[in-house]
Amino acid sequence: MRGMELSLNHTQKLRLQRALESLESFSSATNSNASVTVADSIPVNQEDGVLKGHGTTDLDGEVVATVCGVIERVNKLVYVRTLRARYKPEVGDIIVGRVLEVAPKRWRLEINFSQDAVLMLSSMNLPDGIQRRRTAVDELNMRSIFEENDVVCAEVRDFMRDGSLQLQARSQKYGKLEKGQMLTISPYLVKRRKQHFHHLEQYGIDLILGCNGFIWVGEHVEIKDDMIEDEPTPTKPDAKSNKSQISQSLEEQEQTYTPLETRENICRIANAIRVLSTLGFSITLDVILEIVDLSTKKGLDIHEMLGAEFCVLVAEKEAERRSSSTQKKR
Amino acid sequence: MEYVSPEGLRLDGRRPMEMRQLRAELGAVSRADGSAVFEMGNTKVIAAVYGPREVQNRSQQINDKALIRCEYTMANFSTGDRLRRPKGDRRSTEISLVIRQTMEACIMTHLMPRSQIDIFVQVLQADGGTRSACINAATLALADAGIPMCDLVTSCSAGYLNSTPLLDLNYVEDSAGGPDVTVGILPKLDKVTLLQMDAKLPMDIFENVMQLATEGCKAVANYIREVLLENTKQLENRRGV
Repeated sequence: MRGMELSLNHTQKLRLQRALESLESFSSATNSNASVTVADSIPVNQEDGVLKGHGTTDLDGEVVATVCGVIERVNKLVYVRTLRARYKPEVGDIIVGRVLEVAPKRWRLEINFSQDAVLMLSSMNLPDGIQRRRTAVDELNMRSIFEENDVVCAEVRDFMRDGSLQLQARSQKYGKLEKGQMLTISPYLVKRRKQHFHHLEQYGIDLILGCNGFIWVGEHVEIKDDMIEDEPTPTKPDAKSNKSQISQSLEEQEQTYTPLETRENICRIANAIRVLSTLGFSITLDVILEIVDLSTKKGLDIHEMLGAEFCVLVAEKEAERRSSSTQKKR
Repeated sequence: MEYVSPEGLRLDGRRPMEMRQLRAELGAVSRADGSAVFEMGNTKVIAAVYGPREVQNRSQQINDKALIRCEYTMANFSTGDRLRRPKGDRRSTEISLVIRQTMEACIMTHLMPRSQIDIFVQVLQADGGTRSACINAATLALADAGIPMCDLVTSCSAGYLNSTPLLDLNYVEDSAGGPDVTVGILPKLDKVTLLQMDAKLPMDIFENVMQLATEGCKAVANYIREVLLENTKQLENRRGV
């Protein structure tokens, strides 16, 4: 299995195999017919004019797949949905990215796409919150907002002419992400939902499931409302950038200290996501919370969550969950 | 030396038209976008594909197509004697170029402008037919990475020893000094993308040998298609609804 560098003993192997086989039996028979590989011809009713979508091409009048994946049909559109490919962006997706470069009036972010995404300075809120034209001074102080290797949350605004993405981070919930971990998983495991920002109260954790497969797990940060301005904002951005270079004073360190319990919770949730992605199960909030509960119930240490036994337990739990959901459907 | 015994068996017990045993595995390199291990008998090759990603060297960026880069290396321990091969030696450069041109013919590069696809192929065990095994492994890795291709590329080699066309030569047969024909085809489109030979053959015998190699390629293509389909079904089942 991909990425699984675990040594399972004999019973664990059998249990894992049995759990995976039961999973396969639950997926409906229609699914297996829809899988194709490269250069497989797609059965299509020739009388209706079919629209050939992504992952297909026309070969002598028949529709042929160009990637390995699953055929999806929406009215007259036929396309092949890939599984392990890179992220396929759509306007309005919430993504998490890492800053690669600070360029004139923009930041370049790495987002698991075929090109780097661009976040323009004008698509970003200024630290003082005032809506104004960006001056040269703002451009020189870009580094005080984001630097190289910072993790940023943003939304896809549109595509540029050369095919790369343009992002925007105008709301308070977007922006630099601190005090947490970023995980990389395959994008096909994250489904597009209405909500990608999750606040887990019982752990005090923010969870952002980026559509590009980058997931952020971090300490909860209160979102300041744009309208309410009761704290004096720093008027000189230069002073702020100087401060970050000098070591923080003791009070500031106390303020930014993350308690041990929150850090443990962050690691627990991150490990749960890692196990789920190694096994190839899709990642949603309920599944993650179930797995975290499973690990606390069994009294496992955080590092044991990445071990062989827990991996087998997760597979069995998922098989149970799917069997109960298919039974509910019937 | 007798490469084909009077009963019609080769040195390793195969029949002249018989290929070596194939084995393929996807996802060996977890960090890569796509990867595969391909074995033809004792020849074992690992391929890793990174991409499509941002072009690292801005000057090489092509505005309407993807840039394909390929690198072929042999591990030190791959041959009988542990040789310290310099990385840019002529054979490696030639085979890298050959693989790149072969893959470029089938990857739909116009769908990924301004990006770069890197294919790294390394030979772990060399027992003849490394070129073919590399192309097959690269095809698997590209399909695993979800990169659109107009068709699979499969490759196989054939030779002519003791007046018999032999399919899929191993190292001993290859170093016998007879001709070695490597063919790479697109099985569905039925087109040839690679044809190399390193000796002289009369025309009619060449046609036989090339036909034999093409059939070998088609057999490899069937196997690869099965492996990919199995892998796709498995991933889709695990993912659930």
